[in-house]
Amino acid sequence: MARGRIRAKLRSGLYTFSCTSAPKKPVEFDELQGPGFSRVVPCNDPLLYKYRSNSTSTTKYNPLTFLPIALFEQFNRVANIYFLIAAILSVTPYGPYNPISAIAPLAFVVGLSMAKELLEDWKRFLQDWKVNTRPAYVHDGNGSFESKHWKDIKVGDVVKVERDKFFPADLLLLSSNYDDGICYVETMNLDGETNLKVKRALDVTLELDNDLAFQDFKATIKCEDPNPSLYTFVGNFEYDTKIYSLDPSQILLRDSKLRNTPYVYGVVIFTGHDTKVMQNSTRSPSKRSRIERKMDKIIYILFSLLVAISLISSLGFAYLTKNKMPDWWYLHAPDDKDLYNPDKPSKSGLYHLVTALILYGYLIPISLYVSIEIVKVLQAGFVNQDMHMFHEETGTPALARTSNLNEELGQVDTILSDKTGTLTCNQMDFLKCSIAGIPYGHRTNEVERAAVRRMSMDLDAEDFDHFSSGDSSIDEEVELETVVTSDNQEHKRPIKGFSFEDNRLTSGCWWKLPNPDLHHLFFRLLAVCHTAIPEENEETGGYTYEAESPDEGAFLIAAKEFGFEFFKRTQASLFVREKDPSSKEPVEREFKILNIMEFTSKRKRMTIIVRDEKGEIVLFCKGADTIIFDRLSEKGRTFEEATTKHLSDYGEGGLRTLVFAYKKLEEDEYSSWNDEFQKAKNSVSSNRDDMLEEISDKMERGLFLVGATAVEDKLQQGVPQCIDTLAQAGLKIWVLTGDKMETAINIGFSCSLLRQGMHQICISTKDMLANDSMQNTKSDILTQITDGSRMMKQEKDPDAAYALIIDGKALTYALDDELKHQFLHLAVGCASVICCRVSPKQKALVVRLVKEGTGKTTLAIGDGANDVGMIQEADIGIGISGVEGMQAVMSSDFAIAQFRYLERLLVVHGHWFYKRIAQMICYFFYKNVAFGLTLFYYEICTAFSGNSVYDDWYMILYNVAVTSLPVMSLGVLEQDVSSEICLEFPALYQQGPKNLFFGWYRIIGWICNGVYTSAAIFYLTMLIFTTQPFRGGGQTPDMSVVGATMFTCIVCAVNTQIALLLNHFTWIQHCFIWGSVIVWFAFLIIYGVILPETSTGSYQVFVETLAPTPIFWMTLFLVIIASVLPYFIHAAFLRSFYPEDHHIIQEIKYYKKHVHDRRMWRREKRKGRHSAKIGFSARVDAKMKQLKGRIQKKGAHLAPQEML
Amino acid sequence: MNSDGPSSTSGVGGSADLATPRRNSKRPKYSKFTQQELPACKPILTPGWVISSFLLVGIVFIPIGLASLLASRNVVELVDRYETACIPDGFKKDKVKFIQSDSNKTCNRNLRVKKDMKPPIYVYYQLDNFYQNHRRYVKSRSDQQLKSKNKENETDDCKPEATINGKAILPCGLIAWSLFNDTYSFSRSSQKLQVNKKDISWKSDRDHKFGKDVFPKNFQNRTVKGGATLNASIPLNKQEDLIVWMRTAALPTFRKLYGKIEVELKKGDVIQVTLENNYNTYSFNGKKKLVLSTTKWIGGKNDFIGIAYLTVGGLCFLLALSFGIIYFVKPRRLGDPTYLSWNRNPGGGSNN
Repeated sequence: MARGRIRAKLRSGLYTFSCTSAPKKPVEFDELQGPGFSRVVPCNDPLLYKYRSNSTSTTKYNPLTFLPIALFEQFNRVANIYFLIAAILSVTPYGPYNPISAIAPLAFVVGLSMAKELLEDWKRFLQDWKVNTRPAYVHDGNGSFESKHWKDIKVGDVVKVERDKFFPADLLLLSSNYDDGICYVETMNLDGETNLKVKRALDVTLELDNDLAFQDFKATIKCEDPNPSLYTFVGNFEYDTKIYSLDPSQILLRDSKLRNTPYVYGVVIFTGHDTKVMQNSTRSPSKRSRIERKMDKIIYILFSLLVAISLISSLGFAYLTKNKMPDWWYLHAPDDKDLYNPDKPSKSGLYHLVTALILYGYLIPISLYVSIEIVKVLQAGFVNQDMHMFHEETGTPALARTSNLNEELGQVDTILSDKTGTLTCNQMDFLKCSIAGIPYGHRTNEVERAAVRRMSMDLDAEDFDHFSSGDSSIDEEVELETVVTSDNQEHKRPIKGFSFEDNRLTSGCWWKLPNPDLHHLFFRLLAVCHTAIPEENEETGGYTYEAESPDEGAFLIAAKEFGFEFFKRTQASLFVREKDPSSKEPVEREFKILNIMEFTSKRKRMTIIVRDEKGEIVLFCKGADTIIFDRLSEKGRTFEEATTKHLSDYGEGGLRTLVFAYKKLEEDEYSSWNDEFQKAKNSVSSNRDDMLEEISDKMERGLFLVGATAVEDKLQQGVPQCIDTLAQAGLKIWVLTGDKMETAINIGFSCSLLRQGMHQICISTKDMLANDSMQNTKSDILTQITDGSRMMKQEKDPDAAYALIIDGKALTYALDDELKHQFLHLAVGCASVICCRVSPKQKALVVRLVKEGTGKTTLAIGDGANDVGMIQEADIGIGISGVEGMQAVMSSDFAIAQFRYLERLLVVHGHWFYKRIAQMICYFFYKNVAFGLTLFYYEICTAFSGNSVYDDWYMILYNVAVTSLPVMSLGVLEQDVSSEICLEFPALYQQGPKNLFFGWYRIIGWICNGVYTSAAIFYLTMLIFTTQPFRGGGQTPDMSVVGATMFTCIVCAVNTQIALLLNHFTWIQHCFIWGSVIVWFAFLIIYGVILPETSTGSYQVFVETLAPTPIFWMTLFLVIIASVLPYFIHAAFLRSFYPEDHHIIQEIKYYKKHVHDRRMWRREKRKGRHSAKIGFSARVDAKMKQLKGRIQKKGAHLAPQEML
Repeated sequence: MNSDGPSSTSGVGGSADLATPRRNSKRPKYSKFTQQELPACKPILTPGWVISSFLLVGIVFIPIGLASLLASRNVVELVDRYETACIPDGFKKDKVKFIQSDSNKTCNRNLRVKKDMKPPIYVYYQLDNFYQNHRRYVKSRSDQQLKSKNKENETDDCKPEATINGKAILPCGLIAWSLFNDTYSFSRSSQKLQVNKKDISWKSDRDHKFGKDVFPKNFQNRTVKGGATLNASIPLNKQEDLIVWMRTAALPTFRKLYGKIEVELKKGDVIQVTLENNYNTYSFNGKKKLVLSTTKWIGGKNDFIGIAYLTVGGLCFLLALSFGIIYFVKPRRLGDPTYLSWNRNPGGGSNN
C-alpha cells in the first residue's frame, strides 16, 4: 500500500476541519443498484436480514476440518508420503517387518507435527475468543444500551463506543458527544499510522446523541458489498424518507480505536469477516530457508540410493529365487502367494522390490522434519526470550513470527533497510532556527558531533602510532564506545523533541533582540500553524501533542519552550497561552480558525487563516523553502538572503528545514476570497480539488518571510554501532528511503554508511530533461551506470570504496529489464547503496532484483505499511515493532523493537542457528545412513530375502527414542563460541554466507562417514559373531544375539559420534546423549522380561546372554572406537593444521589467553573488522590513513579545530 | 488484521501510559536456559587430548587384543567335514538320491585329537549354505503354540507346515519341520564316550518359551519328511535339539550345539564317531561338519577379535606417534592468532 496516497486521501477529509462543511444534499435517485451494491442494512432492526456474525476466526482449522486438512498438509511432504505408502504396504504380506514398526514412527512423527499445529491453532483460537468476547454497548430496542459480547453484534445494531475502545465492527458514525458529530480515530492496526484521523457524522443524524434518542430510530443503509478497500466506501443512508449519500469519512473501521472523543454512536454495517480489516488480511507468503531446500535435494539423493539398493536386492533375490531356491527344500517353495516362486522370478522379484523399498526406508530419516520443526520452535523461543532484545521503553520483546527461517538468519548477505522509523526514530528534535535573518541555536547535531569526535580521535590515534599498536587500540575501543553510547547523556534536561540551546531565546528575554515583533510572530506561527491536537497529561500538568507529522510536534514543543503554549483546540478555535513580554504572566489567547489548507506532498506548504482577538485576520504559512520564497511579496523579502544562507548551512548538517511566513488580511479581501473558496468546496463537480487548489494558491501569495527552522531526524539508539558490527560481519547494507536525496545522504553519513573519501556515484534523472522521451532518459541512465562501472574497474587502490546513490525516478529505469543487470552489477560492487524517493513497490522490486540477481540471501527490515512489500519479498522480512503500528510486523518473519537488535539477531542467533541446523541435518543423514545400510548388508547374507537381523521394536525405537533427543540438543543448544565472542568477532558470521557448514563437501563427507560407520559396525560384528561359540558356555550366536549386539553398537556409536561433534556440553546434552544409551539398555532389559511371545528372540537376551559375555562388551568398544576413528582423525587433523576461525578463538578462550594477553585480543578484534568498507570503524581507518598521508607531507600536527 | 489489544502508541508524546501495566508481562523472564547461558564444558581437541586419547586407546586395546588372541589360540577345535565322505561310493554321483533313499546311512569316522582337550568338550554340527535366516524360513513358526498348550491352533504364520488334514501340526512351521536329524555317537578305544545332551539350550528358552505341558502332535506325518521326528511323549521343553534348532542362526553358515562330552581327551587319542547321515544338504551343496571344541572365556576359536583389537590399538599408537611427530615438526601454538582467516590472507576478501 502506498502510504503517500493514503495520507493524501485522509487529509483531503481535513478540508472540513474547521468550518462548515458541504451540506449533504438528499440524493434524488438511487444510484446504488446492480451488482456489488446489494447490502441493505435496516438500522436498529438487526434481525431483519441475516448477515455473517461478528465473531471472527483466524484459526486454520475447526474441530471438523482439523484432521483432514492437517493430515493433508503433513502428507504434502515427499518423505511423509513415502512413509505413508510404506506403512500401508507393510500391512500386506510384502512388508518386511511387523506393520507396527512402520506405522508407529509415522504416527508418532505425524502426530507430533499435528500436535504442534493444533497448539498453534489453539493459541489463535484463544486470541479470537478473547476478541470475540470483548464487551460492547449495544442498543437493546427501548432506548437503553446493554453490554454484549462482540460476537453477538449483528448488522443493523446501534452501538455506543467509548474513548480508547476499539470499534467492534465497521460502523456508520451517527453522532458523537461533540455537537458537530466529529470524532478522532487511530488506525494504527490498519495502516500503521499513529496520527489521528477525523471522522464526521452526517448532519441529519447529529441529534441522535443520547441513549434515549435511539428508541424510535429507524433508517436504512444501502451500500456496497464487503470488500477489502480501506479507503473507499459507497452507500446511501435512507432516513426520514430522504436519501443521503455516504462516504468513507463516516465509516469507523473495526480494529481502529476511538481517541480524544468521549463516546460515539454508530450503526453496524459490516460484521466479522465482512469487515474491511478482515477482508484485508492475507496470509503472508510461506518462505523456506535455503538449507531446507538443499535438504530436500539430499533427501532425493538418499531416495536414489534407496531405490538403487532396493533394485540390487530385488535383482539378487529374483536371481537366487530362480536358480537356487528350488534346491532349498527347507523353504518349501513355491508358496501360494508367489512371493517366493522360482517359476515366476520376475513376479516375486517385483514383490520383493516393494519389500526392499520399505525395509531400507531407514535411510530416509523419518523424524527429520518433525525434529527440525521442534528444534526451530525452541530456537524461536530463544529469540523471543532474549533479554538483550527486549526493549524496556516500549516493553516489546523480540518475536519470531515464523520459525521456518531461523538458520537463514545466519546466511544473510544483503540487508535492505527502510530509513524512517527503522534507522531513524521518526522523532524530530527542534535544533536551530533563524528568525528575521538571525541564526539561533548552538547545539550541533549528532552528525556534527560524531565528526568532531572522530577528528579528535583520529589525531589521538595518530599520536598513538608512536607507541605500540596494541596501546592505541585500547583507546580506540574506548572512544568508539563513548561515541556511540554517550549521545543522550549530554542533555542537561532532556526534553523530547527539543534540543535547542541558545540563551537568547530560551531565557525569555527575546524581546530585547532586534525585531521583537517578528520573533513574536515566529513563535506564534509555531504555535498556531498546524493541525495538531493537544492532550493534557494529568501527571505532569503539561501537554502532549497528537500531530500529523513529527515535525509539527517538535514545533509545538519548541513554541511551548519559548513561552507560547498551545493548549486547546475546538472546532472553531485554537487557544494559546502566551507569555507576554511586558507582564510576564501567561495570557490566554484565542485564535478563531477561518480556513485550513492542508499540507500535501504536492503543495509542500500548509496555510491557516485565523482571526485573532483584536479581530484581525492573519494568514500563517509554512512550507518548503523553494515554495515559500516564490510566494513572498517584495516587502517580505528583507531577510531572504540571510535565511537562504542559514538554510543551506542547516541542510549541510543533515537537518530538515521549513520556512515560515505570514500575511495580514483585510476583512473584505478575505470574505470575497472565502466566498469563492466555500463555493468551490461545496461544489460536487469532479474537478473540485483542482478548483480548491487554484483558489488556495491565489490566497497564498504576497507573503512576508519570518524565519526558518531546522529539525533533526533523530537516529535510533545504537544504529551506528549496529551498522558498524553488521558491516564488519561482511553484510552489505542498502538503504531504501522515501526521502529526498539530500536527506538520505545526510542520514547515510550519520550512520556511517557513507564517509568522506568514498567515491559517490549518484544516479538521477536530470530535471532539465523532463521533456525528453523515455528512451533518452533511459540511455542517459545507462551511461551513468556504465560510467560508474568503468570508474570502479579502473580503480587501482584496493582500499577505495564506492557508494551508489540513486533516486526513485532513475530507479524506475534502472529496474527495467534491459538495465537491471548492469545496475545490479554496479550496485554489488559498491560498499553501500542508498536509494532515495522509492515507492513501496520499488522497494519490493529492488529486493527482488538483489535476491534473484545475486542469488544470495536478502533481509529486508522496515517498520511501516510501505515496507510490507519488501518485507514479504525478501528471504527474511523483519518488522520493527515499535512506534508505527502493526502492518510491517504482521507481514514480517521476525519482529524486533529496534534496529540495533538486528546485530544480535543476526550475528549471535543467526550464526548459531545456521551452524546448529546445518550440523543437525548432516548428523541426521549420517545416523540414518549408518543404520539403514546395515540392513542392506545383512540382506546380502540372507539371500536377499528381505529379512532384518533386528527385532521390529529396535527399529521403531531407533529414530524415535534412542537417537532423537541428542540430535535435538545439538540443534537447540550447540554453541561454537559464546554470544559475546560472536559480537566481538563479527567476522565469524561469514561462515554462514559462505556456507561453510552445509556445502556439498560437508554433506557428502557426512554421508560417507555414515557409510563407513555402517560397514564398520556390520562387518566387525559379523566377523566376531561367526560360527564359533561366543561364550564359555559353548552356545553359538543366533540372530537375536547378533541383532541386539549390532544394534547396541549402532546406538552407542552414533551417540559417541554426536558427543564428538558437540562443542558445548551443558547438563542437558549430557543427559540426552548418555541418557539415550541408557534408555536403550533399559529398553533391552525391560523388553527382555515381558512376555516371551511378544519379545520372541529378544527374550532375556541382555540379562541372560549378552551382559555376562565378555565378547559382547569387547565388540561394543571395538566397534565404537572403529566407527568414530576416521571422523576423529579428520577433525583432529583439520583442527591442527587448517584451523577455522572459531577453533582459534575457542583455543584462546580455553587457555584464557584473552586474559593474559589483552593486547593480542584487542588487536585481533580490530583486525577481524578490517575488511569492512562502511561503518564507523571503517571511517576511522580511512581517516587514519588519510591523516597519516597528510602528516607525512606536512610533518606537523593539526589541532582538531583546524581540521573542522 | 485482528491483532489483540493496542500496541503501545507513542506518536509525539502519545499515550505511553497504556503500555505500562503490560510491560512486565511481556518481559522475558531471566533464566540461564532461555538466555543460553547454562554452564557448559567446552572440550576442544587440543594436540594433548588427541595424542593422549590415541595412546589411551592403544594402551587399552593392545593388551585386550593379546589376551583374546591368546585365549583363542588356547581353544582346541576338532573339525571333521563328512558330507562327502559319508556317501557310499556308488552314490557319489547322485548324492541327493542317496540321502532320499531308505538305505542305511550309518557312517564311521575317526578323529585324532591333536591337543589335550579339557572337559567340557562341546560337540557341534556345522551346516553351510543353509539359509536359516531366510525371511520365509524365519517367520515360519508360532511362539504361542510352542509355549502354551491351549494355543496349539495358532498356526497362521506356519504355512505351509501349519496343518495336516485340518489338524494343527505341533511344532508347526518350516523351522521345526526341517529339524536337523544327523546323530553322532562317540567312542574312544571302543569305550563309549557319553554325550550329555542336557542343558545345551538357553535356560530362558526351556523355562519360558517351550511349554512343559506341550507335546509334539501330528509332527512329520507327511509323506515328505523334512528332518527329525520328535518323541510325542516328551514335552517340548525337554526336546533340547529342537530348542537349539529353533534359535535361527544369523548367517548361512552356522554351528549348533549337539551335546557335551564330559571327559578329558588326550593328545593322540583316536575317537570313533558313528554317525547317522540323514540330513539333506546335498540338494544345495551344503557342507556338514562335526566339530568338537573346548571354550575359553572368549568362547570358541576366533582370532579375529584379537587381531582387530591389536590392529586398532596399533593404529592408534601409530596415529599418536605421527600426530606427535607432526606437532613436533610443524607445531601450531594453540590459540595462535596468526591462523585467523583475516591474518592468513591479508588484503583478501575485499568484497566480503
